[in-house]
Amino acid sequence: MTLLQINESLKALPVGEGLGGAVALIPLLPLASFLLLGLFGKKYFAKSGGIIGTLSLTGSAGLSLWTAFNYFFVSGKVAGVYQKLEVLKIQWLEFAPGVSIDIGLLLDPISVMMLVVVTFISLMVHVYSLGYMKGEDRFSIYYSFLSLFTFSMLGLVLSSNIFQIYIFWELVGVSSFLLIGYYFDKPSAVAASKKAFIVTRFADLGFLIGILVLAFHAETLDFGTLIQRLTDASSPQLHSAIANGLFGISALTWGLLLVFIGGAGKSAMMPFHIWLPDAMEGPTPVSALIHAATMVVAGVYLVARLFPVFALSCPGALEVVMYVGAASALFAAVIACTQTDIKRVLAYSTMSQIGYMMFALGVSGYGGENGLGFTASMFHLFTHAMFKALLFLGAGAVIHYVHSNEMGDMGGLRKKMPVTHLTFLIACLAIAGVPPLSGFFSKEEILTAAFHSNKLVYGIALFTAGLTAFYMFRLYFSIFWKREYSNHGGHEEEHGAHGEAPFTMKLPLMILGVLAIVTGFVPFGEFVSSDGEVLHSEFHLTMAIAPVVFGLVGIFVALMMYKSESNLPARVSVAMRGLYTGALHKFYVDEVYLFVTKKIVFNLIGRPSAWIDKNVVNGLVDAGGMFAQDGSEELSAWQSGKVQGYAIWFLVGVIALVVGFVFFAP
Amino acid sequence: MQVGLTQILFLSTALFFIGVYGFLTRRNMITMLMAVELMLNAVNINFIAFNKYLWGGKLDGVFFTIFIIAIAAAEAAVAIAIVINIYRNFGSIDAEDADSLKL
Amino acid sequence: MAVSNIIFYLLSALIIACGIMSVTSRQIFRSAIYLLFCMMGVAGLYFWMQYEFIAAVQIVVYVGGIVVLIIFSIFLTHRVGSDLAEPEYKRTLFAGLASLFAFLLFWSVIKRNEFFGEQPSGELSVRRIGEEMLNYKQGGFVLPFEVVSILLLAAMIGCIVIAMRAQTEKN
Repeated sequence: MTLLQINESLKALPVGEGLGGAVALIPLLPLASFLLLGLFGKKYFAKSGGIIGTLSLTGSAGLSLWTAFNYFFVSGKVAGVYQKLEVLKIQWLEFAPGVSIDIGLLLDPISVMMLVVVTFISLMVHVYSLGYMKGEDRFSIYYSFLSLFTFSMLGLVLSSNIFQIYIFWELVGVSSFLLIGYYFDKPSAVAASKKAFIVTRFADLGFLIGILVLAFHAETLDFGTLIQRLTDASSPQLHSAIANGLFGISALTWGLLLVFIGGAGKSAMMPFHIWLPDAMEGPTPVSALIHAATMVVAGVYLVARLFPVFALSCPGALEVVMYVGAASALFAAVIACTQTDIKRVLAYSTMSQIGYMMFALGVSGYGGENGLGFTASMFHLFTHAMFKALLFLGAGAVIHYVHSNEMGDMGGLRKKMPVTHLTFLIACLAIAGVPPLSGFFSKEEILTAAFHSNKLVYGIALFTAGLTAFYMFRLYFSIFWKREYSNHGGHEEEHGAHGEAPFTMKLPLMILGVLAIVTGFVPFGEFVSSDGEVLHSEFHLTMAIAPVVFGLVGIFVALMMYKSESNLPARVSVAMRGLYTGALHKFYVDEVYLFVTKKIVFNLIGRPSAWIDKNVVNGLVDAGGMFAQDGSEELSAWQSGKVQGYAIWFLVGVIALVVGFVFFAP
Repeated sequence: MQVGLTQILFLSTALFFIGVYGFLTRRNMITMLMAVELMLNAVNINFIAFNKYLWGGKLDGVFFTIFIIAIAAAEAAVAIAIVINIYRNFGSIDAEDADSLKL
Repeated sequence: MAVSNIIFYLLSALIIACGIMSVTSRQIFRSAIYLLFCMMGVAGLYFWMQYEFIAAVQIVVYVGGIVVLIIFSIFLTHRVGSDLAEPEYKRTLFAGLASLFAFLLFWSVIKRNEFFGEQPSGELSVRRIGEEMLNYKQGGFVLPFEVVSILLLAAMIGCIVIAMRAQTEKN
């Protein structure tokens, strides 16, 4: 890993050398700010930590935009096809010839897109936190964690080696753990961060096994080589991967499914979704960054990265991805209709939208028109990042104002918080798929792709779109309409004093609001597609009508029920009693997990293991100790200090020696 | 029976083991010292007997005996000095009481 | 039975009897006196073996020196009048058995051996002893003589130091 090697690999680029350096700098700036703020933050940067973090992120965001411009418009295309450029490759650990963990930076359409998304949303969250987290006594630590997360996420998207992505995957998990548990004196926050880490770690076990399976058969860990070997129909590695198998499922399918399990854990797909609602215990900007726009899409990104293998060599695994995504989308949408904590509604909404992205990948084929699902999924990722971050940041502003998360404490805030109200409305319209906002375009593409491939999934997606509109507007009306805002106890003067939100909080809201409107018009197929070639997607009016109709119906129902105080919601919930109670309790999935872990794992595995450890292992060690102690006590009795005792033993010894030498002489 | 070397050796062996028995059994330190003197005497008899009956021309056994007597005297003196010291410090010269060196 | 044999047997009876009484007596003074008689018996044995010089040395040093020293120390350390404590039964049994067993063992070894090469005994004159003691040639004993003299010096100084009452104790 010498500088010479780095220089060599940079020089070997077909593109300008400057690109490599700039791209390497993008994750390194947040890393530097993490180290600086982490080590010295408390002492030297207690107040200015936020500025430093924001500055480093501005640098990263600027570099990402420049890289994107360079890649998409200047130098990324060769013969009309976007190339995968390995900008940096440093060999780190070699296990066998060809199988080595390299540290490398890979530029291709989705990674450049993710660079832009991650740095931009992170920058927005950094600016927002200047206002939101003002006055916290661990202010600089917060920014150092945010920088750590940004570094890890950027490393993840730029990884050129499947093991490297695993390393950054775990780092992202650690950052999430640190940030969810930021308020470490709240036991619920601590429990939530533990839950998030343990569930995702458990899923990552599957990921690791999947990596090993794939690497074993493909004899490489590098993404480019891996994909090439496992998609080329004539390669021996592919044959060996398909020929070997367990329980009738080929090794390739196992590997891909296990990798998908890792992705499902991180993306909160069923059944690993349980950590996401609890992760809302963290500060709201954290939820905006990690659990809405960036970390939770890591699973989608992973499937997209390995998409050629999924689509060309293993359609069975792709079907699993599709069904899991669709089921999660529907499941989350149903639950979101009943929740009263606004952040939890948004969390389930995130899970639902990620389900959309997953099944969009699932219905997609590879190459040309078949790859519409891929482009649609990435497009939805892009637009969703914008409006979901906007929703969370707006919710943060509301929480900041009301000092409570519950919908019951809110209402009629549209007069008190005009900017938040407007941007929140824009985001809700976007997520509901109302034209001409961004969500409409991305959702329409997804549904088109689904229609051409699987009608059942199309139907589920359509119904979920309606539910999405319903619960989002339920949320909107409950916060901003419903009734006149009365803060309990009448702290009008206090609230009036700090007003809606400081400028640092309003600025990101406004920027994201504008983006939520305009990003729909980006011709995404020009940039991102499954095989790198430009995909011209047309706008089908007939396909567009159905989701818009469902969306408007949902909005209308929500308007009827929630715009003003009425007992209609109560009557509906009574009428659909069973479903309502089930959805309110999140369909008891948490209870099932608790049951399994407490009654089965703890009692059948945990308790006996603890018993064995305490009694058998400790017992053996103690027995050794007791043996030594008793033995030594016995032996020490010989040292009685009495001369005559010694003399007797002396005599006995001499007699023994004499007998030995005289009668049993050698 | 003609007295020869064997009979004298019988005597010295018996005297020696009487001394051993006394050393192991007695509790007073002075009496232990007396038993030690018995053992030394038995050894002296042994040396003289061997000198007389086996190596008549030489004097080695005689000298051994002379030196043993001299050294026994010195040793008895030192031992008694120590016993007196113990008596002064511990108040008792019982061998059972002198067990400070135990574990 | 020659008279010398009878004398030998009498002397050995005296020695052994006094030895046993010395180690088993419950009164310390009697024990010391029995020791004294035992020593005298040993001296007599040396006279019977015609090693007069050794017998004289035995009487002068052992009887007149060591036993007297022992009696002095008894004076210094014993509450005159009280008897010695009895050792516990187990100890006497074990020690007696061990000693007896050892005695029989050694006696059997001695019995089995054939002592050969008996040489006539020469006259033991004091002159010869003196000459040999200061003889520095081969077979001389001047080195042990010097070493023993140093040992006696060390023992003398040691005894005085050990038995001396430390001055600081008084203050």
